[in-house]
Amino acid sequence: MRSLRSAAVFTLFLGGLAGAHGCASFEQVAKAGTSFARSQGVVTETQAQSIVKTTSAVAKTFEDITPEQEYYIGRTVGAVIVSRYKPYANAEANNYLNLLGQTLAQASDRPETFGGYHFLILDSGEINAFAAPGGLIFVSRGMLRLCRSEDAVAAVLAHEIGHVQLRHGLQSIDKSRLTQALTTIAAESAKTMGSKEIADLTRAFEGSITDITATMINNGYSRSFEREADAAAVSILSRVGYDPEGLVAMLGEMEKNLKPGGLDFAKTHPSPKSRIDDIRSLNVGGKAARVVAARQARFHKALGNI
Amino acid sequence: MTVIGKILSAWRSRWFALLVSCLLVASASAAAAGGGKAMSVQVKQGQVRATPSFLGKIVGTLSYGDRVEVLEQKAPWIRIRPPGKGAPGWMHASALSEKRILLKAGGKEADVAASGGELALAGKGFNADVETEFKKKHRDIDFSWIDRMQAMKVPQEKIGAFLKEGGLPTSQGGGK
Repeated sequence: MRSLRSAAVFTLFLGGLAGAHGCASFEQVAKAGTSFARSQGVVTETQAQSIVKTTSAVAKTFEDITPEQEYYIGRTVGAVIVSRYKPYANAEANNYLNLLGQTLAQASDRPETFGGYHFLILDSGEINAFAAPGGLIFVSRGMLRLCRSEDAVAAVLAHEIGHVQLRHGLQSIDKSRLTQALTTIAAESAKTMGSKEIADLTRAFEGSITDITATMINNGYSRSFEREADAAAVSILSRVGYDPEGLVAMLGEMEKNLKPGGLDFAKTHPSPKSRIDDIRSLNVGGKAARVVAARQARFHKALGNI
Repeated sequence: MTVIGKILSAWRSRWFALLVSCLLVASASAAAAGGGKAMSVQVKQGQVRATPSFLGKIVGTLSYGDRVEVLEQKAPWIRIRPPGKGAPGWMHASALSEKRILLKAGGKEADVAASGGELALAGKGFNADVETEFKKKHRDIDFSWIDRMQAMKVPQEKIGAFLKEGGLPTSQGGGK
């Protein structure tokens, strides 16, 4: 009972301090709060240390990664992907994908990234697609073969653009690794980096790349991230004028074609059926996909033999 | 109500008051924003357009770190005055940052960067040097396709034609 009350008094103190300082940063509040509590014997020295540490950790998140750093992370994540999956070097198909993808990216909430959006087809029969941080997007031939229309390809790309826009890749970096790296960067920012700092940062960089690629290729994002990317896709598609039903149609194809136990979308994504249910809950309406002849013609010309 | 209950409810209302005051401050500063505020270009190359739309005519190109003056906001577009003699025009908000971006390390300004969140130092942290270091350790990872990918550029007029041909509405410039 006594310790409970002390804890309550301590929290009250934190609240009071925050009130007195207006919108002072939480970190400052926690620091001052812990030194007060320590002098009152409410928390031990070690506990105080750990509170200060955790709040500093909270203060540094993926949001502190600058667009320029995101760009370098994305380049390497992309390089790991194209080293694992061979690119499909068909200029006409890749040009079409870039034209469509760029059109969609401009309608997203984050049309401009440090190095811009770029799209590439992977020469793989797997049903797969990846979005590296900053806007490098990869789609497998297997995935494109499931697409029956431009609207369906647009749906796949819009979902990946959603992951970039929401910076899901960066959020799979281990938090303590990120905090450490960002702290090194901040501490050294007044000076030119020496070789030791570069070596430290390269280790943190390697770790970050592994965290992201392991999530993208092996483990998959959480269902809530996928739901967010689908919601972003629906809004991008509607803004451009594509039928958001294209996403539902595409998921229907996946439902039919994904093999249970497969190492592709079957492994890294929630079941297409549950994604369709989530999209339905967004109330996008259920009109049938409109087939526009000119769209269908250019889709077949570019991807007909994929 | 127990003693703890009383303490907790006092605590809750205090936090609520703090939240409200934070929101008030935030909205007041948002209202003041617009005239004369400066922002930085946070992309490698940022296009300035004649109208608030990606389909608007490109009237200028700015580089990473360039400081611009904010003239008018029409979310998500911002009308800016570029540094030097360039003509004012519209940029998408995602290309701009509130932070000052310093292109060179060293100097007084860079010392401030370590303490404040309002400054960002270009080329710090995960950068070209770190990528070079990474490549040395992982010779099996091939970056050539990434370079080729990034060289693929889609001219804006092609996007306009693509939308038109596909019967897609171009009124809002292909996007929000």
